[in-house]
Amino acid sequence: MSTAGAGARAGKAWVLRRVRPLGGDPVDVLLADGVIASWRPGGSTGPDSEGLPPGTTILDTDGLILLPGLVDLHTHLREPGREDAETVGSGTRAAALGGFTTVFAMANTNPVADTAGVVEQVYRLGVDAGHCDVRPVGAVTVGLAGQRLAELGAMAGSAAGVRVFSDDGHCVSDALLMRRALEYVKAFDGVVAQHAEEPRLTENAQMNEGVVAARLGLSGWPAVAEEAIIARDALLAGHVDSRLHICHVSTAGSVEIIRWAKAKGWRVTAEVTPHHLLLTEDLVSSYDPVYKVNPPLRTADDVAALRAGLADGTIDCVATDHAPHAAEDKETEWAAARPGMLGLQTALSVVMETMVVGGRLDWAGVADRMALAPARIGGLPSPAVDAGGSVAVGAPATVTLLDPSPWQVVDPGALASRSRNTPYAGRSLPGAVRATFLRGRPTVLDGMIV
Amino acid sequence: MRRHLLTTEELSRDDALLVLDTAERMARVAEASVRKLPTLRGRTVVNLFFEDSTRTRTSFEVAAKRLSADVINFSARGSSVSKGESLKDTAQTLEAMGADAVVCRHSASGAPHRLASWVRGSVVNAGDGTHEHPTQALLDAFTMRRRLGRIEGLRVTIVGDVLHSRVARSNIWLLATLGASVTVVAPPTLLPLGVSAWPVEVSYDLDAVLPKSDVVMMLRVQRERMSAAYFPTEREYSRRYGLDVDRAAILPEHALVMHPGPMVRGMEIASQVADSARSTVVEQVANGVSVRMAVLYLLLGGSGEVS
Amino acid sequence: MAANATGDPVSRRPGVARTVLSADDITRIVSRIAHQILEKTTGGAGVVLLGIPTRGVPLAHRLARRVHAVEGVDLPVGSLDPTMYRDDLRLRGVRPLEVTEIPDGGVDGQVVILVDDVLFSGRTVRAALDALAAYGRPRAVQLAVLVDRGHRELPIRADYVGKNMPTSRRESVAVRLREVDGADGVLILPPAPDPAAAGEPAARDRA
Repeated sequence: MSTAGAGARAGKAWVLRRVRPLGGDPVDVLLADGVIASWRPGGSTGPDSEGLPPGTTILDTDGLILLPGLVDLHTHLREPGREDAETVGSGTRAAALGGFTTVFAMANTNPVADTAGVVEQVYRLGVDAGHCDVRPVGAVTVGLAGQRLAELGAMAGSAAGVRVFSDDGHCVSDALLMRRALEYVKAFDGVVAQHAEEPRLTENAQMNEGVVAARLGLSGWPAVAEEAIIARDALLAGHVDSRLHICHVSTAGSVEIIRWAKAKGWRVTAEVTPHHLLLTEDLVSSYDPVYKVNPPLRTADDVAALRAGLADGTIDCVATDHAPHAAEDKETEWAAARPGMLGLQTALSVVMETMVVGGRLDWAGVADRMALAPARIGGLPSPAVDAGGSVAVGAPATVTLLDPSPWQVVDPGALASRSRNTPYAGRSLPGAVRATFLRGRPTVLDGMIV
Repeated sequence: MRRHLLTTEELSRDDALLVLDTAERMARVAEASVRKLPTLRGRTVVNLFFEDSTRTRTSFEVAAKRLSADVINFSARGSSVSKGESLKDTAQTLEAMGADAVVCRHSASGAPHRLASWVRGSVVNAGDGTHEHPTQALLDAFTMRRRLGRIEGLRVTIVGDVLHSRVARSNIWLLATLGASVTVVAPPTLLPLGVSAWPVEVSYDLDAVLPKSDVVMMLRVQRERMSAAYFPTEREYSRRYGLDVDRAAILPEHALVMHPGPMVRGMEIASQVADSARSTVVEQVANGVSVRMAVLYLLLGGSGEVS
Repeated sequence: MAANATGDPVSRRPGVARTVLSADDITRIVSRIAHQILEKTTGGAGVVLLGIPTRGVPLAHRLARRVHAVEGVDLPVGSLDPTMYRDDLRLRGVRPLEVTEIPDGGVDGQVVILVDDVLFSGRTVRAALDALAAYGRPRAVQLAVLVDRGHRELPIRADYVGKNMPTSRRESVAVRLREVDGADGVLILPPAPDPAAAGEPAARDRA
């Protein structure tokens, strides 16, 4: 799966000097010919060291943490259709700056990614941009309308090689249709990623149903609307022995149901967004739609349960649900605003703040939840750094280098996205991605797009 | 007073009493032979109504004109607002007009909050979605105080569609701030799930509550709630939660019957009750002008600095 | 709105406050003005006393009591709040409104005597004249003040003056009345070091 833009620089070699794989002891890692060529004891490599290809650049990466390139199972790149809010180019620049090397682009574009033609178009736009791999997600139903199955097999067999199918933004609420989709994608080891939202229970829903919604006079999006669909789909997946993935789990009850389904041995996986790990519904009191998102921000108890679920593996991975929106779709009254938040460039920092700083996850855990697990769910090849922290010689040199020490204030204007709807504006978050390599080629160096 | 009046939830006891006391003075002005005051001469008040409400808009308009403010009525119908102009664009237009105060009615909860972040002038919430309607609650409290002499210790019962009622929310916060005890009575479907956090008692039994009520406030129930399965039939609603003549008879003799209007006679309130001596429906209209004069005076009558 | 409700301004400022009128002085002045009113209005015929809040109101009541004691006449007493007619509302934070209470007989065709504690720039009286016009058309309007401290900014003069008291603009005059402040007295306060910290000017300095 070599990319067109890669050729020019793939031949160049890099030494990451005194880098710490998954936060472990420093090593020197040589990236050459697009793979992890070798590693040596930390600090032992100099310009005259043996075995370095000519023109090798030695990077001082002392103290930086080496992670496998991050994988986002849930990104909205908005192209085709809303290029004013995001393009494949701008969205993947944000991804690379956030340490991501693969993003799964959701199907709710215009036209919808429900045919081989559209998914191939998105895939090629990703290749041309070259900032990270773009894996299109195919729609489950034609036009996301929830009526008829889209040509799932054609999308799977296309150049885009689609393996993840989702109507995200809409729930596949018809139980029979969901059953058929779960069964059908088994033929090509696909997975259905469900946006769990019972539609009748969430008509005109504006925020989490509860004390804050009652006070603000905003109609409620009840937790049960998510949990009921997750329970139903877990039972269906168990029944037909198919893989099910749950998008953006947001409630404590959902975590419990997923834990139960996993205990049954059913093939259910789940993701949580960074914003659901950090933010609560109290922010809605400002009526600033930058906090409007679907599923909505929930309570502090939900946040605690999500963190615990991610820590113990009930929730398999973090996915950003990066959802850029143009200013006119956010600078409105609450009810008129579109739901969604930027996430790619802040995800690793939010995970660091919510999971690492408090000791819930170590760096191996972060690598698992943000790279290995999503890669597994999405059907990607094994990454360069395995869960044990060893650097796999011969694996593609697709890695992320994180400086864990700085705290930075989020400046919406400085983000690479075309949109500005970050909920973290003005907030100080830990960590900074210093470099991202995609198959040996830097996409980000010194915190800037290459 | 703060710069805006967006909620009663954020209104302090002192400020609430200041509004009521000021409204009392304004009511006296209505007794003078010349009822127009020069107080807000040269100030511009914009009535920005995205929802039709002749009653509330007129009340604000009369209040502003009695204080000699220039009034611009900017209604959504027939203006660029209905052609898709955003609230933000409208706010910028109002800025250009030099609005000192914007009185905003909007179908979206929180719209006046957004407006307040985009304009320099004061924003008065004249009802936003299912959130709040602070001047209505202030005039209700004003009416109670005038009729019963106090608010502290009053037992106020609010009946009906609390879930969708901005009047109920504003009244609940204000009455709690002023020391009344509030009971809400409604079918459980028409109470918000978060009602447990409100400073109210909840009851589903109107007959049990009425004999212990100094004030009963009937909320409008929109017929379309029926089709959304909030209750089965109009008849059943009326039987369980309507204030008919028999029910009104079990109220204490001094008890008031209030209704923010417009009323659905026969369903939530019987005509004989609405027109009885204990009903405040008519004086609520006059009191509305006094309270809105007070609010406009307190927001615009000084230099704008907190005194 | 009471000038001294938040603490005695005298104790908060450097320099010495001078007492210029004692409680007895005030009693004598009220008595004299009551006599003058009777004399000038031939026995108080058709007179209505309207006090300007805050301290003009108890002064009006005192005058009425004194008139009653002397002549046995009961003059109607009320209050007239000129706040909403002021031309200087925008110069400071919003002012709380005071009570306006027009006696039952109204003011049409009557001789209204406005009563205030201190006459300074004349702006309060100007506002009061406008306020009064909203309630009717008196035959004549007169003005009684306890202290005239000069510095008029408008062509207004008092018909009855308790005491003419030359002051500098930067000084302030504090009138204390039993009904409001617990004790009677008039003081001149030295200039406030910081005009912004001069405290509530309502009674001290009212224009």
